[in-house]
Amino acid sequence: MRRMTIATAALLVGCGPSGSDPRSPQRMGLGREVPAHEVALVNRDVGPDGAELPPGRGTVAEGATVYAAKCASCHGANGEGMAPFPKLVGRPPEAEGFKFGASEAGLDRTIGNYWPYATTVFDYVRRAMPQLTPGTLTDPEVYALTAFLLASNQVIPMDAALDAESLRAVKMPYQDRFVPDNRRGGREVK
Amino acid sequence: MPTRRDMLASTAGALGGAVVFGVPPLPRPDPQGAQAPPPVRPPLAPMPDDPTSAPGAPTSALGERSHQVSVARTPTGLIAGSSLTPHQSLTGTITPSDLHFERHHAGVPAIDAAKHELLIHGLVDRTLAFSLADLKRFPRVTRTYFIECSGNGGGAFRRPRAEMTPQQIAGLASNTEWTGVPMRALFNEVGAQRGASWVLAEGSDAAELTRSIPMSKMLDDALVVWAQNGEPLRPAQGYPIRLLLPGWEGNASIKWLRRLELGTRPWMTREETSKYTDPLKDGTARQFSFEVDAKSIITAPVFPDRITRGWHPISGVAWSGRGRIARVEVSTNGGETWSNAALLNAPTPKAFVRFEQMWEWKGDETVLLSRATDETGYVQPTRAALIEARGIGTSYHSNPIYGWKVGTDGAVTFHGET
Repeated sequence: MRRMTIATAALLVGCGPSGSDPRSPQRMGLGREVPAHEVALVNRDVGPDGAELPPGRGTVAEGATVYAAKCASCHGANGEGMAPFPKLVGRPPEAEGFKFGASEAGLDRTIGNYWPYATTVFDYVRRAMPQLTPGTLTDPEVYALTAFLLASNQVIPMDAALDAESLRAVKMPYQDRFVPDNRRGGREVK
Repeated sequence: MPTRRDMLASTAGALGGAVVFGVPPLPRPDPQGAQAPPPVRPPLAPMPDDPTSAPGAPTSALGERSHQVSVARTPTGLIAGSSLTPHQSLTGTITPSDLHFERHHAGVPAIDAAKHELLIHGLVDRTLAFSLADLKRFPRVTRTYFIECSGNGGGAFRRPRAEMTPQQIAGLASNTEWTGVPMRALFNEVGAQRGASWVLAEGSDAAELTRSIPMSKMLDDALVVWAQNGEPLRPAQGYPIRLLLPGWEGNASIKWLRRLELGTRPWMTREETSKYTDPLKDGTARQFSFEVDAKSIITAPVFPDRITRGWHPISGVAWSGRGRIARVEVSTNGGETWSNAALLNAPTPKAFVRFEQMWEWKGDETVLLSRATDETGYVQPTRAALIEARGIGTSYHSNPIYGWKVGTDGAVTFHGET
C-alpha cells in the first residue's frame, strides 16, 4: 500500500488525535464526485513557487494604465493609500531594514518594504481586487498590475514585463525576515 | 459550478455594464461611526407602576430583549470592517449570536445555502463536494470555543487611553457553542493522502479569503460548523458553513467556507504574509502565529462606571488558545498582592471562563487587575513585559494584563500601562 488515508494511519498507530470521535465510521459515501475541469474553475490560487501561474504577460507601463483606471480611486494616484485603503507603494528610509517591531510610529507596511513573496501580489489582486468588482481583471492585466506595483516599490526595473517565468524569479527584499512562530506556552513570554 | 467571472458577467449585463467600465469611489468611513451610541428602541406602551395590575403582552414570533436593555456592536460602516462585542454588557460566557464580533474583508456575502458546496481536492483519493445536507449526515459534535481576532487589543496595547471600554479593548473576541462535523471525518471521506501537510481554506466572499492551515491542526480539533448557539450560523459568522480552528487567530477560521485544497506547502496568501504576521523588535516577523496566548479582562467595574463604597463583584472573562484556563488572579491594589478569583464555570479547552471576586471599596484610589494562567503554565504578562519581549510595533496577539483605575470619586477608567 503506497498511500493510505489519514484515518487508516491513525488506526495503525493505535490512537487518534486528541478529542477524536469514536463514532466516526467507515466512509459514508457522501459527497458529489467533482470532475477535474470543474475543479479548475475555482482552483485559481497561486503559491510562492508560482507553479500555478497562468499564461499571460504584462508590462509596467500597461500596469500603470490599469492602475490609474481601476485602483487609484482608492489607493491614490501613486499607491500612497487613502485610509482605510492601504498604502501599497513606498520605501521610506525610516522603515527600511524591517524596523516595524521596534518602531513606536506605526510604520506603513508596503509591498516593497514588507511583503515576502511577489506571487502573493498576483494571487491577491486576481482574487480580491478591485474591491467593488473583484474577479474582473484579466490575467494579463494582473501581470501588468503586479509589474507596476513591484516596479513602483523598486523591486523590478521600470521597463520590466512579467509573465509566469519572470514572476517566479522575483525575490522580495525582506523575505528572509519572516520566521516561524516560536511561542509554545509555558512560563516564557515571547 | 459557475465561476465568479460568469456571475459577474451576468450581473454586469443586467446593470448595463456600468460596473465594468467605471469604478466608483468607495464610501469613506464615518470617523465617529465606531463611537455612535447604541440605538434605543421606544417603549411599546407606557410602563404601569404595578406590572401585576393588568395583563402583559401576548406571545410573539421572536423573543426580543427588554426595552430597558440596550446592547450593540460598534459597526464602522465599512465593507472591510469590524464590529465589537460589548463585553461590559454581558455576563456568563456565551456571546449572544447577534453580538458576536464581526471582521470581514469584503463584506458579508449573500449565499444560497441550498446551492452552497464545500469542495475538497488536491492530495485526495476522491475529489468530492459536500452540500450542507451532506455535511449534516456526518456524526456531529457540539463544542464551546472562543474566536479571537489576532488584532484584538492592538489599539489598547499601542495607545492605551483612559476612556476605553472592554468592548474597545477586547471586543474582537466572542465565545460560542458551535455544532458541526470534525474535519477528520471529511478527510476520511475524501481519502486524504499521507503526503498532504498543508491545506488551503477558501471562503466564498468577495475577497475569496484564503489561509494555509497545517494538516496537523485539521486532524486535531478542526471542525466544519453550521450551527451557532443552537441555530444556523448568522451570516456574519459564516452562513451556511465555516471552518472553526479552536484556539487559533480568528482570521484562519475561514467563514463561508467553499474549498479545501490539500497540498505540500503553504500558499503564502496575503492574509499570512502582508497581514497577520507579527513584526518583532529584532527585525523579524513571526509568521503562521496561530495560537492565542492566555488572556483575561475585567468586564465590571469598568469605564465609564462610577462606583459607590461597599461591596462589588469584580467580574471578567479569561481564555487561552492552548487549552484550559488554570487560574485567574485578581489584584485590587495595583499588583501588590494577588488572589485567586472564583471561576463560575468549569474551564474547558479554548473557551471563555467567567471569573469573579468580591471586593469592598472603601473610597481609596486604586487599580484593579486580572491575570490569567493556562494549563501550560503560561501567565498573562504585563504590557511592559510584552514590549520587552516583542517590541511596541506589533499589534497582533496582544494580551497584556489590563487594569482599571478607581478614583477617589468612584470613577473607573482604563489603566493600560501595566
